[in-house]
Amino acid sequence: MKTIESGTLTGKNLHLSFGSNHVLRGIDLHVERGTTASVIGPSGSGKSTLLRVLNRLIEPDQGDILLDGRSVLKDNPDELRRRIGMVFQQFNLFPHKTVVDNVSLALRKLRKMPADEARDKALAQLDLVGLKHKADVRPGNLSGGQQQRVAIARALAMDPEVMFFDEATSALDPELVKGVLALMADLAAAGMTMVVVTHEMGFSRNVSDTVTFMDGGVVVESGPPAAIFDNPQTPRLKSFLSDVL
Amino acid sequence: MNAFEQLAQTFFDWEAMAAVLPNLLTVGLPNTLILALASGIIGTVLGMVLAIMGISRNRALRWAARVYTDIFRGVPAVVIILLIGIGLGPIFRQLTGSTSPFPMGILALSLMAAAYIGEIFRSGIQSVEKGQLEASRALGFSYRSSMQLVVVPQGVRRVLPALVNQFIALIKESSLIYFLGLVASERELFRVGNDAASTTGNLSPLIAAAVLYLCLTIPLTHLVNFIDHRLRMGKKEKPEPDELAARIGEGAKA
Repeated sequence: MKTIESGTLTGKNLHLSFGSNHVLRGIDLHVERGTTASVIGPSGSGKSTLLRVLNRLIEPDQGDILLDGRSVLKDNPDELRRRIGMVFQQFNLFPHKTVVDNVSLALRKLRKMPADEARDKALAQLDLVGLKHKADVRPGNLSGGQQQRVAIARALAMDPEVMFFDEATSALDPELVKGVLALMADLAAAGMTMVVVTHEMGFSRNVSDTVTFMDGGVVVESGPPAAIFDNPQTPRLKSFLSDVL
Repeated sequence: MNAFEQLAQTFFDWEAMAAVLPNLLTVGLPNTLILALASGIIGTVLGMVLAIMGISRNRALRWAARVYTDIFRGVPAVVIILLIGIGLGPIFRQLTGSTSPFPMGILALSLMAAAYIGEIFRSGIQSVEKGQLEASRALGFSYRSSMQLVVVPQGVRRVLPALVNQFIALIKESSLIYFLGLVASERELFRVGNDAASTTGNLSPLIAAAVLYLCLTIPLTHLVNFIDHRLRMGKKEKPEPDELAARIGEGAKA
Protein backbone atom coordinates (compact mmCIF):
# COMPACT_ATOMS: atom_id res chain seq x y z
CA MET A 1 0.00 0.00 0.00
CA LYS A 2 1.13 3.54 -0.70
CA THR A 3 2.18 5.93 2.03
CA ILE A 4 -0.70 7.27 4.01
CA GLU A 5 -0.76 10.81 5.35
CA SER A 6 -2.80 10.10 8.38
CA GLY A 7 -3.75 12.40 11.22
CA THR A 8 -4.14 12.41 14.97
CA LEU A 9 -7.71 12.40 16.23
CA THR A 10 -8.86 13.51 19.65
CA GLY A 11 -12.32 13.61 21.18
CA LYS A 12 -12.59 15.62 24.41
CA ASN A 13 -15.38 15.35 26.96
CA LEU A 14 -18.02 14.50 24.34
CA HIS A 15 -21.62 14.61 25.48
CA LEU A 16 -24.75 13.72 23.54
CA SER A 17 -28.37 13.29 24.55
CA PHE A 18 -31.44 12.28 22.61
CA GLY A 19 -34.16 13.80 24.75
CA SER A 20 -33.76 12.31 28.22
CA ASN A 21 -31.52 9.54 26.87
CA HIS A 22 -27.94 10.47 27.73
CA VAL A 23 -26.04 8.43 25.12
CA LEU A 24 -22.54 9.85 25.59
CA ARG A 25 -21.56 11.11 29.03
CA GLY A 26 -18.20 12.77 28.63
CA ILE A 27 -16.08 10.60 26.33
CA ASP A 28 -12.35 11.17 25.91
CA LEU A 29 -10.56 9.36 23.11
CA HIS A 30 -7.12 10.04 21.72
CA VAL A 31 -5.86 8.24 18.63
CA GLU A 32 -2.24 9.01 17.78
CA ARG A 33 -1.25 9.37 14.12
CA GLY A 34 -0.82 6.00 12.43
CA THR A 35 -2.24 3.96 15.29
CA THR A 36 -5.37 1.87 15.62
CA ALA A 37 -7.79 2.34 18.48
CA SER A 38 -10.44 -0.29 18.94
CA VAL A 39 -13.60 0.44 20.88
CA ILE A 40 -15.34 -2.48 22.53
CA GLY A 41 -18.34 -2.79 24.79
CA PRO A 42 -21.85 -4.19 25.04
CA SER A 43 -24.60 -3.19 22.58
CA GLY A 44 -26.13 0.16 23.41
CA SER A 45 -22.98 1.40 25.11
CA GLY A 46 -22.68 4.29 22.62
CA LYS A 47 -19.76 2.97 20.52
CA SER A 48 -21.37 3.51 17.13
CA THR A 49 -22.80 6.83 18.23
CA LEU A 50 -19.32 7.92 19.28
CA LEU A 51 -18.04 7.36 15.72
CA ARG A 52 -20.92 9.40 14.30
CA VAL A 53 -20.18 12.22 16.71
CA LEU A 54 -16.46 12.16 15.91
CA ASN A 55 -17.15 12.81 12.20
CA ARG A 56 -20.12 15.06 13.03
CA LEU A 57 -22.79 12.95 11.39
CA ILE A 58 -24.34 13.78 14.75
CA GLU A 59 -23.31 17.05 16.38
CA PRO A 60 -22.20 16.67 20.01
CA ASP A 61 -24.03 18.68 22.67
CA GLN A 62 -20.78 19.44 24.41
CA GLY A 63 -17.05 18.73 24.06
CA ASP A 64 -14.48 19.18 21.33
CA ILE A 65 -13.07 17.22 18.39
CA LEU A 66 -9.51 17.83 17.24
CA LEU A 67 -7.81 16.66 14.08
CA ASP A 68 -4.04 17.14 14.21
CA GLY A 69 -4.49 19.24 17.31
CA ARG A 70 -6.91 21.72 15.76
CA SER A 71 -10.59 21.89 16.70
CA VAL A 72 -12.82 20.99 13.77
CA LEU A 73 -16.15 21.94 15.32
CA LYS A 74 -16.23 25.25 13.47
CA ASP A 75 -15.29 23.68 10.11
CA ASN A 76 -17.85 22.83 7.47
CA PRO A 77 -18.93 19.30 8.55
CA ASP A 78 -19.08 18.09 4.94
CA GLU A 79 -15.44 19.04 4.45
CA LEU A 80 -14.48 17.38 7.73
CA ARG A 81 -16.11 14.12 6.63
CA ARG A 82 -14.11 14.13 3.39
CA ARG A 83 -11.03 13.72 5.62
CA ILE A 84 -12.48 10.81 7.58
CA GLY A 85 -13.43 7.57 5.81
CA MET A 86 -16.22 5.47 7.28
CA VAL A 87 -17.17 1.82 6.82
CA PHE A 88 -20.54 0.58 8.05
CA GLN A 89 -21.88 -2.68 9.38
CA GLN A 90 -24.43 -2.91 6.53
CA PHE A 91 -21.89 -1.79 3.85
CA ASN A 92 -24.33 0.85 2.56
CA LEU A 93 -23.03 0.66 -0.99
CA PHE A 94 -25.19 2.53 -3.49
CA PRO A 95 -27.16 -0.29 -5.17
CA HIS A 96 -28.13 1.76 -8.24
CA LYS A 97 -24.50 2.39 -9.20
CA THR A 98 -21.83 -0.02 -10.38
CA VAL A 99 -18.97 -0.97 -8.09
CA VAL A 100 -16.52 1.40 -9.79
CA ASP A 101 -19.07 4.25 -9.74
CA ASN A 102 -19.56 3.68 -6.02
CA VAL A 103 -15.86 4.24 -5.54
CA SER A 104 -15.46 7.13 -8.00
CA LEU A 105 -18.62 9.08 -7.15
CA ALA A 106 -17.08 11.27 -4.46
CA LEU A 107 -13.94 11.80 -6.55
CA ARG A 108 -15.98 13.08 -9.47
CA LYS A 109 -18.53 15.13 -7.57
CA LEU A 110 -16.54 16.39 -4.60
CA ARG A 111 -12.96 16.43 -5.91
CA LYS A 112 -14.22 17.50 -9.37
CA MET A 113 -11.89 14.93 -10.91
CA PRO A 114 -12.43 14.23 -14.64
CA ALA A 115 -14.42 11.04 -15.20
CA ASP A 116 -11.60 8.97 -16.71
CA GLU A 117 -9.09 10.02 -14.05
CA ALA A 118 -11.61 9.21 -11.29
CA ARG A 119 -12.30 5.84 -12.87
CA ASP A 120 -8.57 5.04 -13.03
CA LYS A 121 -8.12 5.97 -9.40
CA ALA A 122 -11.19 3.95 -8.42
CA LEU A 123 -9.90 0.92 -10.35
CA ALA A 124 -6.53 1.21 -8.61
CA GLN A 125 -8.33 1.36 -5.27
CA LEU A 126 -10.43 -1.68 -6.16
CA ASP A 127 -7.25 -3.49 -7.17
CA LEU A 128 -5.92 -2.94 -3.65
CA VAL A 129 -8.91 -4.77 -2.19
CA GLY A 130 -8.70 -7.48 -4.87
CA LEU A 131 -11.93 -6.60 -6.69
CA LYS A 132 -10.84 -4.81 -9.84
CA HIS A 133 -12.48 -7.53 -11.92
CA LYS A 134 -15.85 -6.68 -10.37
CA ALA A 135 -15.67 -3.01 -11.35
CA ASP A 136 -18.68 -2.99 -13.64
CA VAL A 137 -21.17 -5.14 -11.75
CA ARG A 138 -23.79 -3.89 -9.31
CA PRO A 139 -23.09 -4.33 -5.59
CA GLY A 140 -26.14 -6.59 -5.29
CA ASN A 141 -24.29 -9.25 -7.27
CA LEU A 142 -21.41 -9.41 -4.78
CA SER A 143 -21.07 -11.43 -1.61
CA GLY A 144 -21.14 -9.59 1.72
CA GLY A 145 -17.39 -9.82 2.09
CA GLN A 146 -16.83 -8.40 -1.38
CA GLN A 147 -19.32 -5.61 -0.73
CA GLN A 148 -17.53 -4.64 2.44
CA ARG A 149 -14.18 -4.56 0.62
CA VAL A 150 -15.74 -2.28 -2.00
CA ALA A 151 -17.02 -0.08 0.83
CA ILE A 152 -13.47 0.11 2.21
CA ALA A 153 -12.17 1.01 -1.26
CA ARG A 154 -14.86 3.68 -1.55
CA ALA A 155 -13.76 5.26 1.73
CA LEU A 156 -10.05 5.00 0.88
CA ALA A 157 -10.49 6.62 -2.54
CA MET A 158 -10.90 10.01 -0.86
CA ASP A 159 -7.42 9.66 0.74
CA PRO A 160 -8.78 10.02 4.27
CA GLU A 161 -6.53 10.92 7.19
CA VAL A 162 -8.53 8.70 9.55
CA MET A 163 -10.68 5.61 8.95
CA PHE A 164 -13.71 4.62 11.04
CA PHE A 165 -15.00 1.06 11.07
CA ASP A 166 -18.42 0.55 12.62
CA GLU A 167 -18.75 -3.19 13.34
CA ALA A 168 -17.53 -3.77 9.81
CA THR A 169 -17.66 -7.56 10.05
CA SER A 170 -20.78 -8.05 12.17
CA ALA A 171 -23.11 -8.59 9.21
CA LEU A 172 -20.78 -11.01 7.41
CA ASP A 173 -20.98 -14.77 7.22
CA PRO A 174 -18.26 -16.26 9.41
CA GLU A 175 -16.16 -17.48 6.47
CA LEU A 176 -16.05 -13.98 4.96
CA VAL A 177 -14.97 -12.17 8.12
CA LYS A 178 -11.32 -13.11 7.79
CA GLY A 179 -10.77 -11.42 4.42
CA VAL A 180 -12.15 -8.12 5.65
CA LEU A 181 -10.21 -8.25 8.93
CA ALA A 182 -7.01 -9.00 6.98
CA LEU A 183 -7.61 -5.96 4.84
CA MET A 184 -8.14 -3.82 7.93
CA ALA A 185 -4.96 -5.18 9.49
CA ASP A 186 -3.02 -4.32 6.30
CA LEU A 187 -4.38 -0.82 6.45
CA ALA A 188 -3.33 -0.46 10.09
CA ALA A 189 0.13 -1.77 9.26
CA ALA A 190 0.40 0.76 6.41
CA GLY A 191 0.05 3.56 8.94
CA MET A 192 -3.59 4.56 8.72
CA THR A 193 -5.07 6.14 11.81
CA MET A 194 -8.08 3.98 12.58
CA VAL A 195 -10.94 3.87 15.04
CA VAL A 196 -12.48 0.40 15.00
CA VAL A 197 -15.72 -0.38 16.80
CA THR A 198 -15.75 -4.15 16.90
CA HIS A 199 -16.95 -7.33 18.48
CA GLU A 200 -13.90 -9.17 17.10
CA MET A 201 -11.83 -9.52 20.24
CA GLY A 202 -9.03 -11.25 18.34
CA PHE A 203 -8.63 -8.27 16.03
CA SER A 204 -8.86 -5.86 18.92
CA ARG A 205 -6.12 -7.69 20.83
CA ASN A 206 -3.77 -8.38 17.92
CA VAL A 207 -4.06 -5.36 15.65
CA SER A 208 -4.98 -2.37 17.77
CA ASP A 209 -2.53 -0.19 19.67
CA THR A 210 -5.07 0.91 22.24
CA VAL A 211 -8.36 -0.57 23.39
CA THR A 212 -11.20 1.49 24.84
CA PHE A 213 -13.97 -0.25 26.75
CA MET A 214 -17.24 1.67 26.80
CA ASP A 215 -20.37 0.97 28.78
CA GLY A 216 -23.39 3.17 29.44
CA GLY A 217 -21.99 6.12 27.49
CA VAL A 218 -18.71 6.40 29.42
CA VAL A 219 -15.19 5.06 28.91
CA VAL A 220 -14.85 2.52 31.67
CA GLU A 221 -11.30 1.48 30.95
CA SER A 222 -8.71 2.04 28.24
CA GLY A 223 -5.13 1.06 27.58
CA PRO A 224 -2.91 -1.20 25.51
CA PRO A 225 -4.52 -4.53 24.49
CA ALA A 226 -2.42 -6.58 26.88
CA ALA A 227 -3.55 -4.55 29.87
CA ILE A 228 -7.21 -4.60 28.85
CA PHE A 229 -7.48 -8.28 27.97
CA ASP A 230 -5.02 -9.86 30.41
CA ASN A 231 -5.35 -7.56 33.34
CA PRO A 232 -8.78 -5.92 33.47
CA GLN A 233 -9.21 -3.63 36.46
CA THR A 234 -12.93 -2.93 36.67
CA PRO A 235 -15.69 -5.45 37.44
CA ARG A 236 -17.65 -4.24 34.39
CA LEU A 237 -14.81 -5.00 31.98
CA LYS A 238 -14.16 -8.33 33.70
CA SER A 239 -17.76 -9.40 33.33
CA PHE A 240 -17.90 -8.17 29.70
CA LEU A 241 -14.76 -10.12 28.81
CA SER A 242 -16.02 -13.26 30.50
CA ASP A 243 -19.21 -12.95 28.41
CA VAL A 244 -17.51 -12.51 25.04
CA LEU A 245 -14.32 -14.55 25.32
CA MET B 1 -84.85 -8.84 -34.32
CA ASN B 2 -83.89 -10.95 -31.36
CA ALA B 3 -82.15 -9.66 -28.27
CA PHE B 4 -78.71 -10.75 -29.40
CA GLU B 5 -79.00 -8.96 -32.70
CA GLN B 6 -80.21 -5.86 -30.93
CA LEU B 7 -77.19 -5.87 -28.61
CA ALA B 8 -74.83 -6.38 -31.54
CA GLN B 9 -76.53 -3.50 -33.33
CA THR B 10 -76.22 -1.18 -30.31
CA PHE B 11 -72.60 -1.87 -29.45
CA PHE B 12 -70.94 -3.34 -32.51
CA ASP B 13 -72.32 -1.52 -35.51
CA TRP B 14 -69.21 -1.74 -37.66
CA GLU B 15 -70.39 0.90 -40.10
CA ALA B 16 -70.97 3.43 -37.33
CA MET B 17 -67.51 2.65 -35.97
CA ALA B 18 -65.86 2.99 -39.37
CA ALA B 19 -67.59 6.34 -39.83
CA VAL B 20 -66.18 7.81 -36.63
CA LEU B 21 -62.75 6.18 -36.76
CA PRO B 22 -60.97 8.79 -38.94
CA ASN B 23 -62.13 11.55 -36.61
CA LEU B 24 -61.12 9.52 -33.53
CA LEU B 25 -57.64 8.94 -34.93
CA THR B 26 -56.91 12.40 -36.34
CA VAL B 27 -58.63 14.59 -33.73
CA GLY B 28 -59.52 12.61 -30.63
CA LEU B 29 -56.34 10.60 -30.18
CA PRO B 30 -53.86 13.50 -30.59
CA ASN B 31 -55.88 15.67 -28.22
CA THR B 32 -56.07 12.96 -25.58
CA LEU B 33 -52.32 12.42 -25.90
CA ILE B 34 -51.58 16.14 -25.60
CA LEU B 35 -53.71 16.43 -22.47
CA ALA B 36 -52.31 13.31 -20.81
CA LEU B 37 -48.66 13.88 -21.74
CA ALA B 38 -48.59 17.57 -20.81
CA SER B 39 -50.31 17.04 -17.48
CA GLY B 40 -48.21 13.91 -16.85
CA ILE B 41 -44.97 15.82 -17.29
CA ILE B 42 -46.05 18.91 -15.33
CA GLY B 43 -47.62 16.70 -12.66
CA THR B 44 -44.38 14.72 -12.27
CA VAL B 45 -42.28 17.86 -11.86
CA LEU B 46 -44.72 19.40 -9.36
CA GLY B 47 -45.06 16.03 -7.63
CA MET B 48 -41.30 15.86 -7.09
CA VAL B 49 -41.34 19.36 -5.59
CA LEU B 50 -44.17 18.31 -3.27
CA ALA B 51 -42.33 15.13 -2.25
CA ILE B 52 -39.15 17.05 -1.40
CA MET B 53 -41.24 19.55 0.57
CA GLY B 54 -43.04 16.69 2.29
CA ILE B 55 -39.81 15.20 3.68
CA SER B 56 -38.15 18.56 4.35
CA ARG B 57 -36.83 19.35 7.80
CA ASN B 58 -38.70 22.65 7.53
CA ARG B 59 -42.06 22.28 9.25
CA ALA B 60 -43.77 25.01 7.17
CA LEU B 61 -42.80 23.30 3.90
CA ARG B 62 -44.03 19.93 5.16
CA TRP B 63 -47.29 21.50 6.26
CA ALA B 64 -47.81 23.28 2.93
CA ALA B 65 -47.25 20.04 1.02
CA ARG B 66 -49.66 18.22 3.34
CA VAL B 67 -52.47 20.77 2.90
CA TYR B 68 -52.02 20.86 -0.87
CA THR B 69 -52.08 17.07 -1.12
CA ASP B 70 -55.15 16.73 1.09
CA ILE B 71 -57.11 19.26 -0.95
CA PHE B 72 -56.24 18.07 -4.44
CA ARG B 73 -56.59 14.40 -3.61
CA GLY B 74 -59.80 14.88 -1.68
CA VAL B 75 -61.93 16.82 -4.17
CA PRO B 76 -63.52 15.09 -7.20
CA ALA B 77 -61.62 15.64 -10.42
CA VAL B 78 -64.58 17.15 -12.20
CA VAL B 79 -65.01 19.79 -9.48
CA ILE B 80 -61.38 20.89 -9.78
CA ILE B 81 -61.57 20.93 -13.57
CA LEU B 82 -64.67 23.10 -13.49
CA LEU B 83 -63.37 25.43 -10.80
CA ILE B 84 -60.03 26.00 -12.50
CA GLY B 85 -61.24 25.81 -16.10
CA ILE B 86 -64.24 28.08 -15.68
CA GLY B 87 -62.88 30.14 -12.81
CA LEU B 88 -59.42 30.93 -14.21
CA GLY B 89 -60.34 30.58 -17.87
CA PRO B 90 -61.48 34.19 -18.38
CA ILE B 91 -58.37 35.60 -16.68
CA PHE B 92 -56.18 33.41 -18.87
CA ARG B 93 -58.12 34.60 -21.92
CA GLN B 94 -57.57 38.26 -21.00
CA LEU B 95 -53.88 37.72 -20.47
CA THR B 96 -53.13 35.68 -23.58
CA GLY B 97 -56.08 36.15 -25.92
CA SER B 98 -56.33 32.39 -26.30
CA THR B 99 -59.80 30.89 -26.05
CA SER B 100 -58.62 27.30 -25.89
CA PRO B 101 -59.72 25.47 -22.73
CA PHE B 102 -56.65 23.22 -22.99
CA PRO B 103 -54.18 25.25 -20.89
CA MET B 104 -56.57 25.52 -17.95
CA GLY B 105 -57.64 21.90 -18.42
CA ILE B 106 -54.02 20.78 -18.41
CA LEU B 107 -53.37 22.94 -15.36
CA ALA B 108 -56.26 21.31 -13.48
CA LEU B 109 -55.16 17.78 -14.44
CA SER B 110 -51.53 18.57 -13.54
CA LEU B 111 -52.41 19.98 -10.13
CA MET B 112 -54.40 16.86 -9.30
CA ALA B 113 -51.81 14.48 -10.68
CA ALA B 114 -49.11 16.32 -8.68
CA ALA B 115 -50.92 15.54 -5.43
CA TYR B 116 -50.95 11.80 -6.17
CA ILE B 117 -47.48 11.69 -7.73
CA GLY B 118 -46.07 13.67 -4.80
CA GLU B 119 -47.31 11.00 -2.41
CA ILE B 120 -45.91 8.26 -4.64
CA PHE B 121 -42.47 9.89 -4.74
CA ARG B 122 -42.52 10.66 -1.03
CA SER B 123 -43.26 7.06 -0.08
CA GLY B 124 -40.52 5.86 -2.45
CA ILE B 125 -37.92 8.26 -1.13
CA GLN B 126 -38.80 7.46 2.47
CA SER B 127 -38.46 3.74 1.78
CA VAL B 128 -34.73 4.13 0.99
CA GLU B 129 -32.70 2.81 3.92
CA LYS B 130 -31.36 5.43 6.31
CA GLY B 131 -27.86 4.00 5.81
CA GLN B 132 -27.78 5.27 2.23
CA LEU B 133 -28.07 8.90 3.31
CA GLU B 134 -25.63 8.24 6.13
CA ALA B 135 -23.03 6.67 3.82
CA SER B 136 -23.33 9.54 1.38
CA ARG B 137 -23.01 12.15 4.13
CA ALA B 138 -20.02 10.25 5.54
CA LEU B 139 -18.27 10.57 2.17
CA GLY B 140 -18.65 14.33 2.48
CA PHE B 141 -21.73 15.03 0.38
CA SER B 142 -24.16 17.71 1.56
CA TYR B 143 -27.76 16.79 2.39
CA ARG B 144 -28.87 18.25 -0.93
CA SER B 145 -26.30 16.35 -3.03
CA SER B 146 -26.95 13.15 -1.10
CA MET B 147 -30.66 13.36 -1.86
CA GLN B 148 -29.98 14.22 -5.49
CA LEU B 149 -27.33 11.59 -6.21
CA VAL B 150 -28.18 8.73 -3.89
CA VAL B 151 -31.57 8.77 -2.18
CA VAL B 152 -34.02 10.21 -4.73
CA PRO B 153 -32.85 8.09 -7.71
CA GLN B 154 -33.33 4.93 -5.65
CA GLY B 155 -36.68 6.07 -4.29
CA VAL B 156 -38.02 6.95 -7.74
CA ARG B 157 -36.93 3.60 -9.16
CA ARG B 158 -38.92 1.77 -6.51
CA VAL B 159 -42.15 3.59 -7.30
CA LEU B 160 -42.00 3.50 -11.11
CA PRO B 161 -44.90 1.00 -11.27
CA ALA B 162 -47.10 3.28 -9.16
CA LEU B 163 -46.05 6.23 -11.30
CA VAL B 164 -47.08 4.47 -14.51
CA ASN B 165 -50.43 3.65 -12.89
CA GLN B 166 -50.86 7.35 -12.32
CA PHE B 167 -50.21 8.03 -16.02
CA ILE B 168 -52.90 5.49 -16.88
CA ALA B 169 -55.32 7.32 -14.61
CA LEU B 170 -54.40 10.61 -16.33
CA ILE B 171 -55.18 9.22 -19.78
CA LYS B 172 -58.64 8.30 -18.54
CA GLU B 173 -59.23 11.49 -16.55
CA SER B 174 -58.30 13.64 -19.54
CA SER B 175 -61.80 12.83 -20.84
CA LEU B 176 -63.28 15.06 -18.12
CA ILE B 177 -61.98 18.12 -19.94
CA TYR B 178 -65.13 17.93 -22.06
CA PHE B 179 -66.90 19.72 -19.19
CA LEU B 180 -65.07 22.88 -20.22
CA GLY B 181 -66.71 22.95 -23.64
CA LEU B 182 -64.60 21.97 -26.62
CA VAL B 183 -64.89 23.19 -30.22
CA ALA B 184 -64.72 20.46 -32.87
CA SER B 185 -60.93 20.55 -33.30
CA GLU B 186 -60.31 20.36 -29.53
CA ARG B 187 -62.35 17.25 -28.84
CA GLU B 188 -60.57 14.27 -27.37
CA LEU B 189 -61.37 10.56 -27.68
CA PHE B 190 -64.35 10.45 -25.37
CA ARG B 191 -66.01 13.58 -26.75
CA VAL B 192 -65.51 12.56 -30.38
CA GLY B 193 -67.01 9.14 -29.65
CA ASN B 194 -69.83 10.61 -27.59
CA ASP B 195 -70.75 13.16 -30.27
CA ALA B 196 -71.03 10.45 -32.87
CA ALA B 197 -73.02 8.28 -30.46
CA SER B 198 -75.53 10.99 -29.72
CA THR B 199 -76.07 12.00 -33.35
CA THR B 200 -76.60 8.42 -34.50
CA GLY B 201 -78.31 7.13 -31.35
CA ASN B 202 -75.93 4.17 -31.45
CA LEU B 203 -73.25 3.41 -28.86
CA SER B 204 -70.75 1.80 -31.23
CA PRO B 205 -68.66 5.00 -31.64
CA LEU B 206 -68.15 5.02 -27.86
CA ILE B 207 -66.99 1.41 -28.07
CA ALA B 208 -64.50 2.51 -30.71
CA ALA B 209 -63.29 5.28 -28.40
CA ALA B 210 -63.02 2.79 -25.55
CA VAL B 211 -60.89 0.48 -27.70
CA LEU B 212 -58.52 3.36 -28.46
CA TYR B 213 -58.23 4.12 -24.72
CA LEU B 214 -57.34 0.47 -24.20
CA CYS B 215 -54.70 0.71 -26.94
CA LEU B 216 -53.05 3.40 -24.83
CA THR B 217 -53.56 1.93 -21.37
CA ILE B 218 -53.03 -1.81 -21.83
CA PRO B 219 -49.41 -1.47 -23.04
CA LEU B 220 -48.78 0.77 -20.05
CA THR B 221 -50.31 -1.82 -17.73
CA HIS B 222 -47.91 -4.38 -19.11
CA LEU B 223 -45.06 -1.91 -18.77
CA VAL B 224 -45.97 -1.67 -15.06
CA ASN B 225 -45.84 -5.43 -14.71
CA PHE B 226 -42.51 -5.58 -16.53
CA ILE B 227 -40.94 -2.84 -14.39
CA ASP B 228 -42.34 -4.42 -11.26
CA HIS B 229 -40.92 -7.81 -12.15
CA ARG B 230 -37.55 -6.31 -13.13
CA LEU B 231 -37.35 -4.37 -9.86
CA ARG B 232 -38.14 -7.41 -7.77
CA MET B 233 -35.95 -9.90 -9.61
CA GLY B 234 -33.21 -7.59 -10.88
CA LYS B 235 -31.62 -7.85 -14.27
CA LYS B 236 -30.84 -11.44 -15.17
CA GLU B 237 -27.29 -11.81 -14.03
CA LYS B 238 -25.69 -14.80 -12.48
CA PRO B 239 -25.03 -14.06 -8.82
CA GLU B 240 -21.39 -14.34 -7.96
CA PRO B 241 -20.65 -17.21 -5.60
CA ASP B 242 -18.78 -16.27 -2.47
CA GLU B 243 -15.02 -16.44 -2.46
CA LEU B 244 -15.07 -19.59 -0.38
CA ALA B 245 -17.75 -21.29 -2.45
CA ALA B 246 -15.69 -20.53 -5.57
CA ARG B 247 -12.67 -22.19 -4.04
CA ILE B 248 -14.72 -25.25 -3.13
CA GLY B 249 -15.90 -25.35 -6.74
CA GLU B 250 -12.34 -25.29 -8.02
CA GLY B 251 -11.47 -28.19 -5.77
CA ALA B 252 -14.23 -30.24 -7.31
CA LYS B 253 -12.93 -29.51 -10.80
CA ALA B 254 -9.33 -30.52 -9.98
